[in-house]
Amino acid sequence: MTKHFIILLTLTTLASAALAAPQSFDFKDPKGVNNAVFKLDAPLEAINGSANAIRGTVTFDSTIPAATKGKIVVAAASLHVPNPMMKDHLHGEQWLDVAKHQEITFEVISLSNVKTTGDSTTADVTGTLSIKGVAKQVSAPVKFSYLKDKLGARSNGQMQGDLLVIRSNFAIKRSDFRINPSASEDKVADTIELTLSIAGAAPR
Amino acid sequence: MSKPLSILALMLALAAADIWLVTGGNGCWTKTSVPVKTVDEITGLEAVNYERRFVPGLEFLGAALLGASLLAGGSFLFCKKQTTNSNTPKP
Repeated sequence: MTKHFIILLTLTTLASAALAAPQSFDFKDPKGVNNAVFKLDAPLEAINGSANAIRGTVTFDSTIPAATKGKIVVAAASLHVPNPMMKDHLHGEQWLDVAKHQEITFEVISLSNVKTTGDSTTADVTGTLSIKGVAKQVSAPVKFSYLKDKLGARSNGQMQGDLLVIRSNFAIKRSDFRINPSASEDKVADTIELTLSIAGAAPR
Repeated sequence: MSKPLSILALMLALAAADIWLVTGGNGCWTKTSVPVKTVDEITGLEAVNYERRFVPGLEFLGAALLGASLLAGGSFLFCKKQTTNSNTPKP
């Protein structure tokens, strides 16, 4: 009886440890849903666009969300605006210089003010944002939605596992990252509003 | 020559205004793609994808109207000058 109890206890402990272990979510996006929207609203001109070539990995533990780590990478050449000439300028040397600086990255340093309600966790994430070769520490509010066992529904049953949805809205200064520094603020706003909406998968 | 140029100028101006209005009267720069938003049912994320579509902007309308004005102005160069018959005896 004691032997059975010890085996049961060991199995339960192992199962709990396995369930509580941090999961690595891969943000490669075969469905083309992940996107980062940017807005610059100057008095004379508004510039709106988005980027969709987003990848990266985030290690998330639903029981200890404050321990979240990871890195999200956006291909700079995927930044798109509807006007072709404006897009050329955006990719050009003065703006993002995508030929030289091919990636925009955000690497998590820490999370604070972590609050979890059900499957949703909100926090303030601090990390290193690198754009055009300039790395700066930024903080942003972030919302994690942990969708347990939803990968199957998203992949039409081809894979089983969990999903992690990350949403964040924050603003950065164009001048901080040397993006077209000579542009007048009447035509090109210094504040860039960013909206990140991405989903990653942790297959089992 | 003057009349066909005037008609061409008018047609160009009307066609450009018509195209600009029919495509939504875009008050910004010309677009060659437009964002199409879809919602992913599982994650609730709103995906933004671009569809190739020509949406003329104000510079398209301005360039067409400028072209029409130049044509209209050019039509005056071909106006027949009023000639007076010098052989007509004066009363």
